[in-house]
Amino acid sequence: MIKVDVIRKAYGDTPVLGRIAFEIERGETVAILGPSGIGKSTLLRLIAGIDDRYEGHIDRPEKMAIVFQEPTLLLWRSVLQNLTLIHPDLSEKAARAMLDKVGIGGKSNLFPGQLSLGQQRRLALARAFAGDPDFLIMDEPFVSLDPKTAEVMLSLTETLISEVRPATLFVTHARAEAERLKARILELRGAPAALAPRLVSEKERP
Amino acid sequence: MTDKGLVPALSLIGLLVLWIVAAALTADPTILPTPWSLAGPFLREVQSGELLFHLGHTLLRVIWAFVLAMAIGMALGLVMGRFPKVDRWLDPWLVVFLNLPALVLIVLCYLWIGLNETAAIIAVTLNKVPNVTTMIREGARSFDPDLDAMACVYRMAPMARLRHVLLPQLAPFIAAAARSGVAVIWKIVLVVEFLGRSSGIGFKIHLYFQLFDVRMVLVYALSFIMVMLIVEWSLLQPWERRVRRWRTA
Repeated sequence: MIKVDVIRKAYGDTPVLGRIAFEIERGETVAILGPSGIGKSTLLRLIAGIDDRYEGHIDRPEKMAIVFQEPTLLLWRSVLQNLTLIHPDLSEKAARAMLDKVGIGGKSNLFPGQLSLGQQRRLALARAFAGDPDFLIMDEPFVSLDPKTAEVMLSLTETLISEVRPATLFVTHARAEAERLKARILELRGAPAALAPRLVSEKERP
Repeated sequence: MTDKGLVPALSLIGLLVLWIVAAALTADPTILPTPWSLAGPFLREVQSGELLFHLGHTLLRVIWAFVLAMAIGMALGLVMGRFPKVDRWLDPWLVVFLNLPALVLIVLCYLWIGLNETAAIIAVTLNKVPNVTTMIREGARSFDPDLDAMACVYRMAPMARLRHVLLPQLAPFIAAAARSGVAVIWKIVLVVEFLGRSSGIGFKIHLYFQLFDVRMVLVYALSFIMVMLIVEWSLLQPWERRVRRWRTA
């Protein structure tokens, strides 16, 4: 359902990504691992459709969601509006139910700035899943969290993924997080970055 | 009264005292009359309807020019801040217009369009658009790229994106442009009226300038300053408080 076939991506004359091809099925979680600076975020921006200057082709569904490292909320709109404005088809009732599910049910009329950072991240998760996405993209969502909070957020994410069952692309540099989400692991290596063959071969082979 | 209200009040009283002292030292009411000697002429002008008539005309021109300058300046600033290619093309124009003296634009508008209302309002608008554009462009350059990416991935509709993502980020810049806009525009409107209109505060000031009547010049100028203070307190400041609510909550 998601088909990535990037041939080349360069910034000016500097190639950043080489040939990268893989697919993600509905309900499947794929993790892209690699050291920082390798081009994980660049690849994610291509796959998300934020950046379309590359050679290659990417098939992606219409209904997508994204979770960034930072909560990236509309700080000037209420907690509830952060769901209903992003998803105009979402009823207020469904939005409130979603806030309940991530544990910030009583906060719907506050501004995001009045929430703790942990609660803001829960809101970002709620926003991602509220639209019932076919494709979920997560960009190091648990980096910079203390181990305890990271654990809580991981298990919340796990629950929501198992309920909504989107195709999930998870970018991280922490292998443990990827294993925890039972992700198929792809590793980016080299310059320009490409998938490490050893790890791809098992499942990609027809 | 709280400290917040007390300080501006005391500061204004200080200005008044300064005026009284200066008037006493001048000792010539044809050059600097005392504040209380303006009360009589002021009431006379109100009763005859003259003051309100000319205030109304000036205010209408200020509103027209303000709305036009803000709308055009915001659109231009947003486009120039978002698209560097457009910015490279239009930036030299902006520099030219920013450095064109108000008086030149006014005279040219009157010469080309004629001594009419359209020319007056266009002249004032053209004088203010470059400033608004510059300020809004600064705001558009400081947009959070992650919010852009978020709006893009979640497929937000263009109007929703403008209203809920872009304009709220621009709000402080819009407020600054509006604040300085109102102040500059009404001063230019007066010059425009002085040079080529037969109504408005600027026209009356022109008239009393020729009659060398300082008292009436002050009556008309101060009346309009009062109107602008009311606009500031009753419209601009409450609006600014409302859009800043999320910061202070």
